[in-house]
Amino acid sequence: MKIAIPAEIHRGEKRVATSPEVVGKLIAAGFEVVVEAGAGSGANFSDDVFLEMGAAIENDTAAVWAAGDLVLKVRPPEYNNELGRHEVEMMQEGAHLISFVWPGQNPELLEHFAGRKATVLAMDSIPRISRAQKLDALSSMANIAGYRAVIEASHNFGRFLSGQITAAGKVEPAKVLVIGAGVAGLAAIGAAKSLGAIVRAFDTRPEVKEQIQSMDAEFLELDFEEDGTGQGGYAKVMSKEFIAAEMELFARQACEVDIIITTALIPGKPAPKLITRGMVETMRDGSVIVDLAAEQGGNCEATVPGKVAHRHGVSIVGYTDLPSRLASQSSQLYATNIYNLIMEMCPQQDGNLTVDMEDEVIRGATVVNSGEITWPPPPLAVGAERKPSFGGQEIKPEAAAAAVAEPASAAAKPSAIAEFAKSVWMPLIVGGLALLGLGQVAPPSFMAHFTVFVLSCFIGYMVIWNVSPSLHTPLMSVTNAISSIIILGALTQISSTNTLIYVLAGISVFITCINIVGGFSVTQRMLQMFKG
Amino acid sequence: MSSSLVTVAYLASAVLFILALGGLSTNETARRGNLFGIIGMIIALVVTVAAFVTRNYEWLIAIMIAGGVIGFILARRVQMTQMPELVAILHSLVGLAAVLIGIATFLDTGAQYSGVEKTIHEIEIYIGVGIGAMTFTGSVIAYGKLSGLLGGQPMLLPARHWLNLALLIAVVIIGVKFVGAVDHDQAVVLLMAMTLLALLFGIHMVAAIGGADMPVVISMLNSYSGWAAAATGFMLSNDLLIVTGALVGSSGAILSYIMCRAMNRHFISVIAGGFGTTGGSSAGPSIEGEVQTIDTAGMTQLLSEAKDVMIIPGYGMATAQAQHAVAEIAKNLIGKGVKVRFGIHPVAGRMPGHMNVLLAEAKVPYDIVFEMDEINNDFPNVDVSIVVGANDTVNPLAQEDASSPIAGMPVLEVWKGKITVVLKRGMASGYAGVDNPLFVKENTRMLFGDARESLEALAKAL
Repeated sequence: MKIAIPAEIHRGEKRVATSPEVVGKLIAAGFEVVVEAGAGSGANFSDDVFLEMGAAIENDTAAVWAAGDLVLKVRPPEYNNELGRHEVEMMQEGAHLISFVWPGQNPELLEHFAGRKATVLAMDSIPRISRAQKLDALSSMANIAGYRAVIEASHNFGRFLSGQITAAGKVEPAKVLVIGAGVAGLAAIGAAKSLGAIVRAFDTRPEVKEQIQSMDAEFLELDFEEDGTGQGGYAKVMSKEFIAAEMELFARQACEVDIIITTALIPGKPAPKLITRGMVETMRDGSVIVDLAAEQGGNCEATVPGKVAHRHGVSIVGYTDLPSRLASQSSQLYATNIYNLIMEMCPQQDGNLTVDMEDEVIRGATVVNSGEITWPPPPLAVGAERKPSFGGQEIKPEAAAAAVAEPASAAAKPSAIAEFAKSVWMPLIVGGLALLGLGQVAPPSFMAHFTVFVLSCFIGYMVIWNVSPSLHTPLMSVTNAISSIIILGALTQISSTNTLIYVLAGISVFITCINIVGGFSVTQRMLQMFKG
Repeated sequence: MSSSLVTVAYLASAVLFILALGGLSTNETARRGNLFGIIGMIIALVVTVAAFVTRNYEWLIAIMIAGGVIGFILARRVQMTQMPELVAILHSLVGLAAVLIGIATFLDTGAQYSGVEKTIHEIEIYIGVGIGAMTFTGSVIAYGKLSGLLGGQPMLLPARHWLNLALLIAVVIIGVKFVGAVDHDQAVVLLMAMTLLALLFGIHMVAAIGGADMPVVISMLNSYSGWAAAATGFMLSNDLLIVTGALVGSSGAILSYIMCRAMNRHFISVIAGGFGTTGGSSAGPSIEGEVQTIDTAGMTQLLSEAKDVMIIPGYGMATAQAQHAVAEIAKNLIGKGVKVRFGIHPVAGRMPGHMNVLLAEAKVPYDIVFEMDEINNDFPNVDVSIVVGANDTVNPLAQEDASSPIAGMPVLEVWKGKITVVLKRGMASGYAGVDNPLFVKENTRMLFGDARESLEALAKAL
């Protein structure tokens, strides 16, 4: 099977749908690979490197499209002005395509695919379940966007992000507010944090609090109870009262922070307007807003999609192509996501694809199957939903709930009597009564020994708690040695004239001597090691 | 020798034993403590021989020397990884001695008691022999399990709790008959019958307990051997035995308690045995996700970039004998200015403090070896955590899943670090039979293979 990777033609798009490393792996899996000349130049992958990995380089765009049984792309296919043809028309009849498609926004494109009898897998439609994490290009791209957002902010911000004390005076660290702690938000928190800024973050979903705190950022809380957790790890639309409280928080923060990075998205809806013009006005001159939701209309009222706007002395970055601005990195991750998807469909590594519509991941990603539109997919089985995660900080809310539930079930309302039994008095009273009973019947000689015994237990208790835990093994071996003091019993019997007693005592002496010498010397040996 | 002199000598011995245990509170005083113990023992032995032994000297000396030599050789030859086995088998000897001495005391009709004193004396013998027998077979089985002669799996007989109960009741009934027995020969038979039951009980009890509960079992047997000595002390009216037995008994009991707390389990449930088999709760959420592997080269890369490294050893380090390779790596990293620490879970290994002994053997400086509680909050700052053959002690399910058999057990929170490398032979679950979602966390990398080989390769690469 031949895989074709044409160059991206969308204006300003520097990414490419493969990387030299992935080309090598695809060829190893039995595929042939054709790359359009110059396709990787925006991502710093030269044609020569692709050649070296075993790909063919083709100059003619139409020929690349025509060659591919499977075409890999980043952006959805579009009209090629230069050639005067739509990219879909250049595809082989019945070919496969993997790229971002955004089927919800592009219904006519699906019709177009269907007309070509194509099979199309949309990287943006891959179900967000655990198994599909390694295919999740949205997360890969969001991660890059979050990182780049901080870099753009820093670029437009006239000061350091970290605090410093220099000979020329003290520099205050910048304060960064991140709104929305999804993958992009968490990446932004991480990047801003590592540049030395003070980072605060807000999210409507309470379960991300721990994730935010785990990245050493401050979680801003509203004095308001409402869970904003929606489907697929996104947030849902919140109530009016909640939004009012939230806006008040943002307004207060706007007066204080230097940089705001917004990442708030609700699926299928325009981005919520969180930063009003009034808030922009109150921000200090030189502050920066980076609006990652610019493509969906922006979280800030003053955002101009695709541009940096300057309003009231504040730079508002509305770039919609942040992943493309880190083309090499994003191409590499995207290519790996695609490679993982291809491997899901080609488990034998024999260079052939099977589109298994029973597999929930493949089913979800397939928007057109051999000319038949299969979007939207049926809903996923409940419980397979994955929370978006970042850097391994996948925290399950049900786990948190379980942690709370556990002590509650363990405590199970102890009755007053049980309470009393557990208290310190009950054992004392029982013990006292038992001693009284014993004192009634036992002879004085026994009581003397008993006194020694009980006091020794207490001494043991006091002494042992002081033993350093690292010395517990030597403690065991030395107690073992001294418990062989039992040999005294055997020694008093060994002079017996009764042969049986004498033999029994002899055996006891023998084995306890093993124990005494063995125990002490192995302890000594261990303690020598602990000399350090 | 006058009896007061003997008493004074015994008192001195008892004090020296207390000092011996007290000395173990710090590394600096520990060796002096052991020396006190040895002196105490010598005083007790010499005084006892001088005061009570009237004949058979040559035999006695020969036996003592023979036993001593064997003990010495055992102590010299034993591998540090085999310490739990050695301790277990030594416990069994104390138990056996308690049985033999108890029986011999009962057979010795020289001393005559009457009335309550006789009853108490007989109860003492009965209890001493019983605890001794239980300690003996229990320790032998524990030895078998630890040395691999017997499988580590718990042996679970049907209705085993009832069986235990039946044994206990039988022991009590026989005890009542034994104390009431007029005929000496008949009493001997009863004593033997009880000894047999106690031996069976010891076997059954420890056989039902699985491999990783061994820290508790060993501590418990340690405790029993102490109580056996104390019971023998009552039997012989010897205060030194009582004191020593009580010291050892409470020491073992405290260790058992510490171990149980470290596993968040009740002592009773450990002794009742069969981890994860009750209630079928081990069918917790199975883990979903992809394991990400890493090779030695990748790990070298990781470590070369790390500033703060935490090493978490487990029983797997002991079985693979990887402690020297671990120490080598730690030394190398410290030489490069990396902050290296060891995090020890209280129940890591097969006996209390097992990991500490192994690391000390490999000459890891003890000021970088930390207890779980000391370092558990530091994981967010750790760049690389290396888990060497540990599983249940780093399982996040203990905190996340209340239905898990290990729920609530304190665990080392490695997953809060930046990246965790787990050295493991394969994907098998740990002793508790619980899957470990740590292995599929996004910041976890698995390095499959023999821990020692992997680490030695790594040490070379560094």
